[in-house]
Amino acid sequence: MDFRRVKEYFSWLYYQYQIISCCAVLEPWERSMFNTILLTIFAMVVYTAYVFIPIHIRLAWEFFSKICGYQSTISN
Amino acid sequence: MANPGGGAVCNGTLHNHKNPSHGSQSGNGTKNGIMKEAQQNGKPHFYEDLIVESFEEAPLHVLVFTYMGYGIGTLFGYFRDFLRNWGIEKCNAAVEREEQKDFVPLYQDFENFYTRNLYMRIRDNWNRPICSAPGPHFDVVERVSDDYNWTFRFTGRIIKDVINMGSYNFLGLAVKYNESMKTIKDVLETYGSGVASTRHEMGTLDKHKELEDLMAKFLNVEAAMVFGMGFATNSMNIPALVGKGCLILSDELNHTSIVLGARLSGATIRPFKHNNIEDLEKLLREAIIYGQPRTRRAWKKILILVEGIYSMEGSIVNLPQIVALKKKYKAYLYMDEAHSIGALGPTGRGVREFFGMNPDDVDVYMGTFTKSFGSSGGYIAGKKELVDYLRVHSHSAVYATSMSPPIAEQIIRSLKLIMGLDGTTQGLQRIQQLAKNTKYFREKLKELGFIIYGNDKSPVVPVLLYMPSKVAAFARHMLERKIGVVVVGFPATPLAEARARFCISAAHTQEMLDTVLEALDEMGDLLHLKYSRHRKSARPVLNDEMSFELDD
Repeated sequence: MDFRRVKEYFSWLYYQYQIISCCAVLEPWERSMFNTILLTIFAMVVYTAYVFIPIHIRLAWEFFSKICGYQSTISN
Repeated sequence: MANPGGGAVCNGTLHNHKNPSHGSQSGNGTKNGIMKEAQQNGKPHFYEDLIVESFEEAPLHVLVFTYMGYGIGTLFGYFRDFLRNWGIEKCNAAVEREEQKDFVPLYQDFENFYTRNLYMRIRDNWNRPICSAPGPHFDVVERVSDDYNWTFRFTGRIIKDVINMGSYNFLGLAVKYNESMKTIKDVLETYGSGVASTRHEMGTLDKHKELEDLMAKFLNVEAAMVFGMGFATNSMNIPALVGKGCLILSDELNHTSIVLGARLSGATIRPFKHNNIEDLEKLLREAIIYGQPRTRRAWKKILILVEGIYSMEGSIVNLPQIVALKKKYKAYLYMDEAHSIGALGPTGRGVREFFGMNPDDVDVYMGTFTKSFGSSGGYIAGKKELVDYLRVHSHSAVYATSMSPPIAEQIIRSLKLIMGLDGTTQGLQRIQQLAKNTKYFREKLKELGFIIYGNDKSPVVPVLLYMPSKVAAFARHMLERKIGVVVVGFPATPLAEARARFCISAAHTQEMLDTVLEALDEMGDLLHLKYSRHRKSARPVLNDEMSFELDD
């Protein structure tokens, strides 16, 4: 039962997305084109985040720790 | 609050007529008389609770999504136009001929782009043919489209007993033939159906005279004149009243017929913000101080054009303040009561009676018979000299066919019903039923959480939908539930404020209204339309200043 409610909720959510982005009034091939483009962009964002965010965080951490380390050696 | 005496104006706000303690002002006897009378009746804040209007703003995310939706539609529109231009897709819209491709383009402006790409997708919600009288229930002809709304075909079926929430049937008089319409049948037998002439030539019947006398009695004015078509009444008579060298101050949300009449007249037109007295006063003062644009001569005439109820907003004109302004600055007032005659006021005599004002306060009364009287045509009423002048000089009188006799008889019958001249109280009962229905419907809609525009007492109820695809989904779902609504989108309303407009009728029963409210509740949850942030009470947004001053 709970599963059906969750499915209904997701189908309501999908309907909301269609209404808000005007997919409901587009023709089917336009709809698939729009969904494909949106999913592609979303997938690229996720891939970029997965590949690059850890490296950026590590580099930023090293940079700031070097600055704090430099200051502490200067103050000595 | 220090108030300089004798009708002075501070900071552009009219303090003059609203302060009841200044009994010794000169020249404004009528207004003070009304205020004093109201005070003697024990109601000092007479006009305050009549002008409770709310125009709530939508939450920000709604506006963002609306513009985003239009943006996506526009992008797809460009894409489809590209495909059509390069011949990849067949073009169903109008295009120029091959030989004219190098001429000035005809179909590239925004209006054509919008029609071709955005309106066409949801076009099945408008121009739906009906096949019965537009009473509280009506029959809609079913139609489908095979090529995404470029062409339609009728399936042959009829959707019966759809609840009618869109027709202007305020008093429920637009119904099928029943026994009380027997006089119309007699008139049809005696006079036939057509007049075959204009008013000036051979088209003035005794039925027209009877109708005009009855209308003058109904409105409590000296004389009235009727015309065959409501739109033509406005557009053909305003040019007869004003011309070059005159100034027209018209509300920015006036109907197209008024705008057309004003433009045809050749006068200078200056619009003022909707129902905004400060703006109107500023324009009046500028006009009187600076005169005509180049020559600085005084204006020959200043005419203020307003409507009784604005059909897209549901707001009622702020008549007491406008009349006070017009008397102070010596302008003329033309009021179009198309939606408010028969629907407002304790006995249905329109906005003037709603505010309890003197019949002489408005110079030109105009109205139509389409909405509350179940007929067609328009009238202009006022002083006898004015109406006599119009009988000779109006374009409509000289060139347009006069009103058909059965139509005139239907108006006479409705007028007698409303005024109580047929011996029953049915007319008064209908008016009271309309007021009751309006109050009930508006209260319930506010409780449910929809954003509604307009005055609490106006029978025209716009429910805001905002997004273009919600407009389409709303209209389609409501028709599936057998409720017929009118939705309005971009050219008639601002881009971001698409709405559904309900017209309450005296013929709606409580069950019908409850059915509609239940359907609206479900639609509100399905489409997420309940944007209002004030669920229980409607706050008066306009006229806050007025309530402050009356408390003075």
